[in-house]
Amino acid sequence: MPAKTKFEIKLGPATREAFGRALVELGRENRDIVVCDADLSHSTMTTYFAKEFPDRFISCGIAEANMTAIGAGLALAGKIPFVSSFSAFAMNKGFEQLRCCVAYPNVNLKVVGTHSGISIGEDGPSQMSIEEIGLACSLAGFVVIAPADEVSTKALVRAAAAHVGPVFIRTGRPKCAIVYQPGQKFEIGKAVELVEGSDVTVIASGLLVAQAILASDILDAEGISVRVIDMHTAKPLDRDAIHRAASETGAIVVAEEHLVDGGLGVRVAQVVAETAPCPMEFIGIHNTYAESGQPDELLDKYGLIARDVVSAVRKVLARKR
Amino acid sequence: MAKSLEELQDLAKRIRREIVVMIGAAKSGHPGGSLSAVEMVVELYFNHMHIDPHNPKWPDRDRFILSKGHACPVLYAAMAEAGYTPIDQLNTLRKLGSIYQGHPDMRFIPSLEASTGSLGEGLSLAIGMGLAARLDGRGYRTYAMFGDGEIQEGQIWEAAMSAAFHKIDNIVALVDYNGIQLDGFVKDIMEVAPLADKWRAFGWHTLEIDGHSFPAIQQALAEAEATKGKPTCIVAHTIKGKGVSFMENNPKFHGTAPTPDEVKLALQELQ
Repeated sequence: MPAKTKFEIKLGPATREAFGRALVELGRENRDIVVCDADLSHSTMTTYFAKEFPDRFISCGIAEANMTAIGAGLALAGKIPFVSSFSAFAMNKGFEQLRCCVAYPNVNLKVVGTHSGISIGEDGPSQMSIEEIGLACSLAGFVVIAPADEVSTKALVRAAAAHVGPVFIRTGRPKCAIVYQPGQKFEIGKAVELVEGSDVTVIASGLLVAQAILASDILDAEGISVRVIDMHTAKPLDRDAIHRAASETGAIVVAEEHLVDGGLGVRVAQVVAETAPCPMEFIGIHNTYAESGQPDELLDKYGLIARDVVSAVRKVLARKR
Repeated sequence: MAKSLEELQDLAKRIRREIVVMIGAAKSGHPGGSLSAVEMVVELYFNHMHIDPHNPKWPDRDRFILSKGHACPVLYAAMAEAGYTPIDQLNTLRKLGSIYQGHPDMRFIPSLEASTGSLGEGLSLAIGMGLAARLDGRGYRTYAMFGDGEIQEGQIWEAAMSAAFHKIDNIVALVDYNGIQLDGFVKDIMEVAPLADKWRAFGWHTLEIDGHSFPAIQQALAEAEATKGKPTCIVAHTIKGKGVSFMENNPKFHGTAPTPDEVKLALQELQ
């Protein structure tokens, strides 16, 4: 994306919608793709797959622990299962099974959480997953992905299916800004530099990627050159991209729709500390739970929009030397 | 080739000796629930299951999941006797670098069907395998064994409900109903009775047998195979610590290794 073209928010499909469509494509190509869902298929959008491949869709009822381990059993028998629920339930209610039946024996299961973050809106904190990146990254051997938009979700769901080993993918409920054009290539563990910049780097994931690009435009007008990186893979991290950002721009802001504790930011900070220490700021949910409201109102209230990226950049630049 | 009752009983006795010796050597482990499961494991590995220890990943093989993973000494002894793993390393159980880990671990023994140890998970795994067999049009069957304490886990009942709902008739649940768990007698910790009624209420074809009788086990497994449209649960009444008088029905030997003297005594009884 050229740095000097003003970025405009154009809404595309939700990442959960892109996931549901990608699953159908995969299902047509590979008979081993199997999908399990826990009574949320009309929300996780696995319903598309269920309609086209009813024999390969396994309704597990509201029982995520069982669903996760059934998925593990399918994978042990050679299938490529995708299990899906809201992130809050897939990760928290299935965590023990993810640890013992999937991560530890390194089973080829794909877990896709939808309705992640606070942008689900009205349903409130019981359904809002703000911990799952940290939890998923604590599972040894897991690949953990949080795509930004439709194009990247479709590509990364395909990459997950092709990857041999456990994968968690985080998707969201609301329509989200289009970041990528069709045809963009994605690789697990390879970050995408969306905006070139030399004064500071914003490393973002999910919905915050578009906000980071908006912020870079605002700051560009003031003569501040902001590099924007989409760190779609939280694990394994693109260490080279982080090292380059730290050494070449000397200041980093990490922005994510997740608890700061255990999130992408602290993972990036570890790499910065190990490679080229520099000042950092962290945008995310700070030690609290959100509430009901419209997605935009919540993102505004909890400090997850371009305005907040701009102020974090100013803060980190003030600390830069 | 079918084994005679005498051959099976000899194998059971040999495996009991190996269990006692390996746990004694390890100085920790779970003898009681290993000894109570011996006849069922022997019947499955040496008579009933379609398996090939020299081709352990044969796609059409029957599968066995020891959901009560702490009883792995019985599984290790059976797998070693069957030729999957080295028999001369059984006494490295639980030691650093041993393939015979404290609970079954596929990283060390790839011919295991699952890594288990966290209780309550094996039935769901078996359902996944049963569904995969059905999707692939393969005839293999999956057997999973549970402790009676283990089935206090809620996931077991999530799985029980889903197996019946999906009419997964190519899996069998074997409950080693020995009446004892770590903290004492099951009836005092968290009663699971009436056990067979619970499985029936969840939609399973359910049998109650003497889990130490080979003919009873054989008949139950045959009945399970003939049962179509629903999964089968075999509630096997067993004696914890079976075969070693001072371990029988003794909660202490759920998770305590025999001392060297106790190993000697046990081996005298298991001649």
